[in-house]
Amino acid sequence: MTTITLAAPDDFDGFRVAVRKLITAWVPPEAVTWRIEGEPGDLIGGGPPAGTGAEIRVPKAFPDLARRVICNSDRERFALLHSALLALQQRPKLLEDSADPLVRRLDMMAKAVGRDVHKMRAFVRFREAPDEAGERFAAWFEPEHHIVRYNSGFFTRRFTTMIFSILTPELCMHWDGDEVTYSPGAVKADAPGDDPLEATWKTYYASIFNPARLKIDAMTSEMPKKYWKNLPEATLIPDLIAGAAKRTRMMIAAGTIEGATGSMGQLRDEAARCKRCGLFGPATQTVFGEGPEDAALMFVGEQPGDQEDLAGRPFIGPAGQVFDAALAEAGIDRRTAYVTNAVKHFKFEPRGKRRIHSKPDAGEITACRWWLDAERASVKPKVIVALGATAARGITGKAVTISKERGRAILQPDGSELWITVHPSYLLRIEDPAVAAEERRKFVDDLRAAAARV
Amino acid sequence: MAHLDTREKLAILADAAKYDASCASSGTSKRSSVGGKGIGSTEGMGICHSYAPDGRCISLLKILLTNSCIFDCHYCINRRSSNVRRARFTVDEVVRLTLAFYKRNYIEGLFLSSGIIGTSDYTMEALVRVARTLRLEHDFRGYIHLKSIPDAAPELLEEAGLYADRLSINIELPTEAGLTRLAPEKDGGRIRGAMSGLKLAIDDNKDARKHYRSAPKFAPAGQSTQMIVGADNADDSAIVATASGLYDRFGMRRVYYSAFSPIPDASAVLPLVSPPLLREHRLYQADWLMRFYGFRVSEVQEATDDGHLPLDIDPKTAWALKHRGQFPVDINRAPREMLLRVPGLGVKSVNAVLRVRRQRRMDLADLGRLTRGIEKLRPFVIASDWRPTALADRGDMRATLVKPAIAQLELFG
Repeated sequence: MTTITLAAPDDFDGFRVAVRKLITAWVPPEAVTWRIEGEPGDLIGGGPPAGTGAEIRVPKAFPDLARRVICNSDRERFALLHSALLALQQRPKLLEDSADPLVRRLDMMAKAVGRDVHKMRAFVRFREAPDEAGERFAAWFEPEHHIVRYNSGFFTRRFTTMIFSILTPELCMHWDGDEVTYSPGAVKADAPGDDPLEATWKTYYASIFNPARLKIDAMTSEMPKKYWKNLPEATLIPDLIAGAAKRTRMMIAAGTIEGATGSMGQLRDEAARCKRCGLFGPATQTVFGEGPEDAALMFVGEQPGDQEDLAGRPFIGPAGQVFDAALAEAGIDRRTAYVTNAVKHFKFEPRGKRRIHSKPDAGEITACRWWLDAERASVKPKVIVALGATAARGITGKAVTISKERGRAILQPDGSELWITVHPSYLLRIEDPAVAAEERRKFVDDLRAAAARV
Repeated sequence: MAHLDTREKLAILADAAKYDASCASSGTSKRSSVGGKGIGSTEGMGICHSYAPDGRCISLLKILLTNSCIFDCHYCINRRSSNVRRARFTVDEVVRLTLAFYKRNYIEGLFLSSGIIGTSDYTMEALVRVARTLRLEHDFRGYIHLKSIPDAAPELLEEAGLYADRLSINIELPTEAGLTRLAPEKDGGRIRGAMSGLKLAIDDNKDARKHYRSAPKFAPAGQSTQMIVGADNADDSAIVATASGLYDRFGMRRVYYSAFSPIPDASAVLPLVSPPLLREHRLYQADWLMRFYGFRVSEVQEATDDGHLPLDIDPKTAWALKHRGQFPVDINRAPREMLLRVPGLGVKSVNAVLRVRRQRRMDLADLGRLTRGIEKLRPFVIASDWRPTALADRGDMRATLVKPAIAQLELFG
């Protein structure tokens, strides 16, 4: 058995010299015991072999990996690195095989060190401890691995002009503005117990926290509880969590009384400036819905026609007259219903002096759903009647076949009922009077059935 | 107004700043305080010095110079019609707080924003003065992020860029209509104009530094922006499209998505519900797919149902389930682009797969050692010892991939 004694737990240079000798002397990893100076341990077996001074292969990536792995507190780290270096003599590209069990283990050990190093940079909290020489800072930190020396450069590069110490149970570092020195481990009581600025820091911590979005797991995965005892702000966490739900409920309750949706007048004003699709260009104006803002029944048509476009009101042209007559026959008072269109600008093709109606496409319907959705959210009707396929698409977001869906209630995600029927202009286009009369009767029946659900 | 001490002001002005999601301190040029007369360093990767129970990292001292504002944006707690308590820091107070926090290792630096008071130039000048004092008088070399005021004079933005690592202008809402409705005094065109001005200045500076190494650095960590999610009706498809445009057109380093959360003294036009945190999370995942996984906007949009990303599964899995014909993917043969499409394989794992398979064929256990676990991967990959049932033949896929814990997150949030 060979025993190698290193000067410190993170003695990379000592390890490097020893492992070269072990490899050139063909000493296998299982025949080596590694110990740290000052540690009790068996001293049986000989010291390091002389080695031959022969060249060994050390791929470029190995020293970087080893430097980090050495800092890991895992006692097997030296033996594992020795095994890896031995294997590298046969397989120089082994380190690139991240799926190899040994490489994987070393990678994970190096990663754990990297994380500890990062957390130390994050969670060290200096406290001011002025002495006769002036401003001086000290911190108490408990790292998981042997990282104080490895990490000291970060702190001296950052706080070059400050005089400070970082105390840990295993090793303390001190910076006097010129040079780093180390001393043996300390206890927490050796570090300053308070800093007046911590109250201000806690004020900041409590104020920057948004109680409406509690995500405790996200916090603890990045700031595990084991670090809390040395973080002044962490003492606030339990109370902040306990108070959060209540604060949020109060904010929501306070707001709900005012009413949670935009007023109809405001929506109408915004819609008047709508440029969500290209139809705003040629059209005269946006034709918004009209009717009581709390109507239980809502009718949705296709789009404004020539007369609606000029007047700025829905369903007042020829189709509007058919619609009004059908409503009267079904016993529905139009003044009690909210009447609007799926698309709020008139789409047409100019032909001579006339503007010929042109069917809105899916993109235009989708663009305009913004407004229809807002109207629905504001009015909250119990029953919506879609007049024609465009209206049905505007409401459901999908293509709908009227003949398949008409004559029954379709429950909507917001709890309302949707009834689908034809558009009144369809009735105007039927040439055969008998068919027209029959279709008109079916239309009135649909309206009556829907209104009965209110 | 009664006289407030610095700590009372801090409580008000940090509270007012907490709705800004960004706290990043990474991606700037490498600096240290060696050879200087002050403190501070930046080494590429930012550091989160603490985490609040809202899960957000605390990296910077994130405050407003003042929460008084001449604007009346509905979603903002600082709008002029809000009854919130007002305060204003002096330049000196912000400088002293920043340095005192930094010396105790609480922060990486300062993120300073402000309500608009007086004119845009007046406000921007005050922000610049804080940064100038920190950099020139105190030789502070930590991180500085300044919010830019869209209408401020170009000379002020120019000077801000000399001191700040990052500049940002918030797009606020994903659609123009949302902005018109909720921030009637803000102008989308001017916001985008200011963003493109910043992009040009950043690009010019990069170019100048290629020719003259001594040219001063201008905002080395680039620009970022934030949009509020859930305050208007914009769906996820619209949001990712807007985000993609921001990355392409303005060279944004980051687009932040901030789930709209109820604010005290809220305006009546807002949805007062718990913030859609899970939706925010899915948008960040979608953002990642576009930036690091080679997904086009249209492909992210394919992962949506009716314009919204599913909440029960991540967007990459959602995309995969809609393109079952492209799976399983052979980890020993597939090109990088296809490996990146496999749900559960991250960029690092993919790079490792590519390295390993140059040396040997990989089995499922190999893959398990490179990832967080193979259970999720099984249906999507072929390995030397594994071939799954064709995805197209499985009807239950989506249910088996849903993590039951996810619904709780939303409830709890």
